[in-house]
Amino acid sequence: MGPAEIRDEILDILSDIAPDEDLSGLKDEVAFREQLELDSMDFLDIVMELRKRHRVQIPEEDYGNLASMATTVKYLEPKMADI
Amino acid sequence: MSGLAAGIRLAHYDQKVCILEKHWTIGGLNGFYRLGGRNYDVGLHAVTNFTPPGTKKGPLARLLRQLRFKWEDFELSPQVGSAIAFPGVRLGFTNDIEFLRSEVARAFPAEKDNFEKLLTQLVDYDDLTQDNFGGSARQFLGSVINDPLLIEMILCPLMWYGNAREDDMDFGQFCIMFRSIFLEGFARPFAGVRLILKHLVRRFRSLGGELKLRSSVASLKIDGDRVVGVELESGEVLEGKRILSSAGIVETQRLCEDLTEKVPDQRAGQLTFIESISVLDKQPKEVGFGETIVFYNDSPTFHWRSPASGLCDTRTGVICSPNNYQYPSESGNLEDGIIRLTTIADFHSWVNLDEAEYQRQKMWWYDRSVASAVRFIPDFRSHVVDTDVFTPKTIRRFTSHDNGAVYGAPEKKLDGTTHLKNLFLCGTDQGFVGIIGAIVSGISMANMHCLKD
Repeated sequence: MGPAEIRDEILDILSDIAPDEDLSGLKDEVAFREQLELDSMDFLDIVMELRKRHRVQIPEEDYGNLASMATTVKYLEPKMADI
Repeated sequence: MSGLAAGIRLAHYDQKVCILEKHWTIGGLNGFYRLGGRNYDVGLHAVTNFTPPGTKKGPLARLLRQLRFKWEDFELSPQVGSAIAFPGVRLGFTNDIEFLRSEVARAFPAEKDNFEKLLTQLVDYDDLTQDNFGGSARQFLGSVINDPLLIEMILCPLMWYGNAREDDMDFGQFCIMFRSIFLEGFARPFAGVRLILKHLVRRFRSLGGELKLRSSVASLKIDGDRVVGVELESGEVLEGKRILSSAGIVETQRLCEDLTEKVPDQRAGQLTFIESISVLDKQPKEVGFGETIVFYNDSPTFHWRSPASGLCDTRTGVICSPNNYQYPSESGNLEDGIIRLTTIADFHSWVNLDEAEYQRQKMWWYDRSVASAVRFIPDFRSHVVDTDVFTPKTIRRFTSHDNGAVYGAPEKKLDGTTHLKNLFLCGTDQGFVGIIGAIVSGISMANMHCLKD
C-alpha cells in the first residue's frame, strides 16, 4: 500500500469506529484529538482494526505515532508497503 | 452484562470467547423475568447516562462506538421528570441540568452560587483514568455547599443508584453518579432491559462467541500464578488464555483453589434491597403519579446503611414507574400500570426466615414500604390489582453476590487485576454499576487486559 491507500484505509477505520464523525474536512497535519471526539479507547481501536484487517502489529510504545493522519501514514508506510 | 460486553469486544477482534452463565437466563441483576403472564425487569429502574443521538462524549456514546452499535439500537426513551423528596422540600430534575439548577435556586436560594461551583468542579473528573477516585464525597460536598439539607438531598439519589459503601461515598463514584444522573439522565427502552440484552447476545453470537447457559463455575484450577482451567459444576473443565470474572471480588477468590484460607465476609458489600412491585388497574399518571422516579427520605438526614434491626428500613426509598417515560407515540404506553418501590433491607434477616415466615414477611414489608412511600406520592393503593416482592434472597440468586449486595463490594478493584496473572475482574466490583456501568466495565477490562498483546 502507498501513502494514499493507507490514508484511505485509516479514514475507513475511523468511519467504522466513529460513524457520527464528519471526516471530509480532516486536516492531516492536525492531531486527531483536536479535530475528532476520540478517547484512548478509540485509539486502541485504530490499532486493533489495523491488526485485524492487515495483520499489522503496533506495539504499545508506538501508539504515540498515531497522533495525526500525517504521522500515522508515515509510521505505517514501511509496515504496510508489502500489503 | 459486563461479560457480554467484554465478549463482544474480544470476539470482534477474532478471539475465541466462551461466556459461562450460571442460570438458564442471562442478565444477572440486569435480567428480567415473567410471572403471572406479565414481564418484569429485575434491577432496571432506568438506564442512566442518557445522552441524545449525535452526542460524542460520555459513557453511552463511548460504549456504542466500542461495541459498534447505533444509538437507535437501544431504543432509549427519555424520562418524564424525577424528584428528590424530603420533608417539606422537593427538588425536581430532568435530563436537562438547567431544570435542577432552577430548582436548587428556588428551594435553596442561598446555595445558588455554591451549586454552580460544584458543577464546575465535577466536570473535570476523568472516569477513564480515575486518578482521584478515593476520598470522601461528604467532605468534598461540605467544602462547597453550606446547607446540610442540600448535601443530603444531592447524595440521596446518587447513593441509591450506585453506592456500595455505607454512610459515605468515594469521591470518584460520586462524580460518576452525579454525571450519570444529573448531567446526563434517565431513559428506558419500551421493551425493558431484555431489548438491550437481546442485542448484546445476538451480536456476541454473530461474531462467533459461545454462550453457555446453566454452566455454573465450581472452581478455578491454578498452576503457580496462573489460572489453567475453569471447572464447571458438571465436572467439565475448560481451558483459556485469560479469564474475566464478573462474580465479584470475594466470590471470585472463593473459586480459586489456591486460596485455602476463608475469605473474610466483611469485605463483601452489605447494601441490599427489597423491591415491591404494584400492578395497577390504570396508568400511574391516571392515579396522580406522573413522575419517572422519586427518591424519598422522611427526615433531614439521609441514612444509607444496612438496617440496624429488623428486615427493612423504610425511612428512605425509591419509587419508580416504567410507564412514565417519553415513549414514541407509535408504541403507546405499557399495557400494565406499574409502580416499583425499592427499600433498604438486611440480607441476613431475610435468609434466616423459614419458607412460611418468608412469604408472610414479604407481604408485611410490602405493606409497610408502600405505606411509607405514599407519604411522598399520591396514594395508589386502592388501584393495585397484583403485587410481587423480591428480596435480598432473590437478588443473591440472580447475582450470586454475597449478601445479595446490589452494588457489590465497597472496595473496588479499578484496574481489575487479581493475585493471578491471567485472571481479571469485570462488573460491579471492578468499579462501574448499573447497565451502562456494567457494559463499560466489560469493555474497559477487555481493552486493558485482553487486547493489547
